[in-house]
Amino acid sequence: MSERSDVVYMDHAATTPMRPEAVAVMTRMLTDEYANPSGSHRLARRARKVLDESRDVVANAIGCDPGEVVFTGCGTESDNTAIAGAIASSGGTAVCPAAEHHAVLHCIEHVDGRVVAVGPDGSVDLADLERVLAETSDVAVVSVMAVNNETGAVTDLAAVARVVRRRAPRAVLHTDAVQAACWLDLREVWRHVDALALSAHKFGGPKGVGVLAVRNGVRLSPLLLGGGQERDRRSGTHNVAGIAAAAEALRVTDETRVDEARRIASLNATLRERIGALDGVRFTLPADRAVPGVLNVCFSGVENESLLFLLDEAGVCASAASACASGAMDPSHVLAAMGVPTDWARGSLRLSLGHTTTIDDVERAADAVVAAVDRIRRRTRAAS
Amino acid sequence: MKVLVAMSGGVDSSVAAALLRDAGHQVVGVTMRLWGGESDTGCCSVSDVDDARRVAQQLDIDHLVFNFTDDFHRSVVDPYVNDHARGITPNPCIECNRHLKFDRLLERADVLGFDAVATGHHARIVEVDGTLRVARGADAAKDQSYVVHMLGAEALSRTLFPVGHLHKSEVRAVAAELGLRTATKPDSQDVCFITTKGADGASGRSSFLRQRIPLNVARVVDETGTELGSVDAVEMVTLGQRRGVAGGGGNKRFVVDVDVAGRVVTVGPESSLLVEREIADAVTWSGAPRDGECLVQCSAHGDTRPARLIVDADGSVEVRWSSPQRRVSPGQSVVFYDLDDRWVIGGATVRPTPTRRVPAATGTPTTS
Repeated sequence: MSERSDVVYMDHAATTPMRPEAVAVMTRMLTDEYANPSGSHRLARRARKVLDESRDVVANAIGCDPGEVVFTGCGTESDNTAIAGAIASSGGTAVCPAAEHHAVLHCIEHVDGRVVAVGPDGSVDLADLERVLAETSDVAVVSVMAVNNETGAVTDLAAVARVVRRRAPRAVLHTDAVQAACWLDLREVWRHVDALALSAHKFGGPKGVGVLAVRNGVRLSPLLLGGGQERDRRSGTHNVAGIAAAAEALRVTDETRVDEARRIASLNATLRERIGALDGVRFTLPADRAVPGVLNVCFSGVENESLLFLLDEAGVCASAASACASGAMDPSHVLAAMGVPTDWARGSLRLSLGHTTTIDDVERAADAVVAAVDRIRRRTRAAS
Repeated sequence: MKVLVAMSGGVDSSVAAALLRDAGHQVVGVTMRLWGGESDTGCCSVSDVDDARRVAQQLDIDHLVFNFTDDFHRSVVDPYVNDHARGITPNPCIECNRHLKFDRLLERADVLGFDAVATGHHARIVEVDGTLRVARGADAAKDQSYVVHMLGAEALSRTLFPVGHLHKSEVRAVAAELGLRTATKPDSQDVCFITTKGADGASGRSSFLRQRIPLNVARVVDETGTELGSVDAVEMVTLGQRRGVAGGGGNKRFVVDVDVAGRVVTVGPESSLLVEREIADAVTWSGAPRDGECLVQCSAHGDTRPARLIVDADGSVEVRWSSPQRRVSPGQSVVFYDLDDRWVIGGATVRPTPTRRVPAATGTPTTS
């Protein structure tokens, strides 16, 4: 048996395996289209063509103009460009909710921005957003994620946009849509915002490719200065192979999304049912509040470091909160912001599903979770 | 056996993991993340975690990181700060071993199905009179039995010290032979959560404490009450200290009393430090409590002194020196060894004694 089939991979929200179509494109590009697309010779022109076509594919999936697509090095860079770029361009204050990914939250904190409360369901507290925007006269950018990476919570961006347009009409409304690509129609997301960030490795593309869609007319100062690629919005030689693979992955994701979302929702329901049979379980969100790919659940009397170890031993790859620089698990700032009690948050687990997940994976993962939680509780009681 | 090895990123625990692996055990390395703040020494910086992980990769064993920062804060850092505020000089390494390495980690290891926890301490485990006890490591200069003295028989039955029978030079030789990146890494020094220099250029300890508790100026007086000067932070002064207090005292003048509440530091000759006995509590015994003759070690690398132990009804212990000895700072551990200085009988923490009342200006010192 291969290593891969031994493993039950339930960590798609961290990275989903590359789609075979994307691997094929990337391999071909790395082999054949090695030229720098900024050159003028025939090989450069071929690489340029790949780049242009990739931009069209990405623009189609987002529902924006190709000229509004900026390729970056990662989702974090896209978020940073939207936030720091807006501040550098126009000055003013940045605002985001407390449950954002650190790519946004730490960036907002770095520019001394304002952090808005979130409700118990993980969505931005619109009344608090309204209050903060009303008392801050110079809001330059508001960043609200489309889908939360830890809980899968879906944001009502239409409602957010209404508040932002009313209270801070000059502000750039940015959304970190990194976790949305597999589950939401990005065109529906894009309708409400001025900027949108994606990361290729979350939808079956390679690591090292990000996308920032920026609505025409919105001015963001670039983070990187140099050769003036991406219409001066992001200098640096294009990662042609990665971009082509990202575009292919996004095309397949977009085409299969509706059926995939239905299939994964059914697997998610099975997982919930199996895990819900345990005592002392608290699902962080009801199924209809989260994308089908993420199941966040807390267990009483369980430390998630122990749980993750036992799951790993059973061949199940999962995660909890986010890892710090040393690799240790930090307590989840997302669950804390939602008001989940610390005792529960300590036992939080994120199982995330994706395009390779099967019913067999779900059954094995459920078995392993039940066995691990049971063991931890038994041994902990025995010791105390 | 399935063994969880605590890997700090230093050479001793690297070699401990290697020896266990070579002995055929199923070994997993773990680095405990204990301190989230700034640190330039000790065992929890990111670069130390990197070293531990890289050694584990080289040994082809799994490596984990456990986040015990909350426990460390509660069991080690908070008491460290609070003790200083009371004029007590704690030993945080001992409290870390007591609460983290051999309590939290043993518990975690059990939950995860490990048979034992191993560390790179230079100490051995021996069975004497049917009881497992901590014994001195083979390398007298590196012996760490003092800092792991609190381990009882139950904990020791699930603990391994794989380098305890080696000299440090042998440990380094094994590491070099295996090509481990930690082979020539210097030994860690000082308190792991405190930087050697604070941001303000002051000592790391003083800037660490200043961020957490008020540090108070104190008068420095001699035993007749004559004022000799002042110190910036009475909380930082340790009994027996010679440097940094009292202008003109030179090497012959020691801190003989620290009155934090009254903000007075008294200096005097060494003879004023000599006492017949110490009272210590938070006692741990290796086996049953016992009165009688033993050797007592009062600091991590200090010499031993002969004494007689008398167990009090309240569980504390009186250490009655064979001849008068310099006072031990309150908060420091006294560890009792057998008369041949081979293994640990028990250990305890020296209890704070009432401070002397020193007259404001002149007069005869009295002891309250």
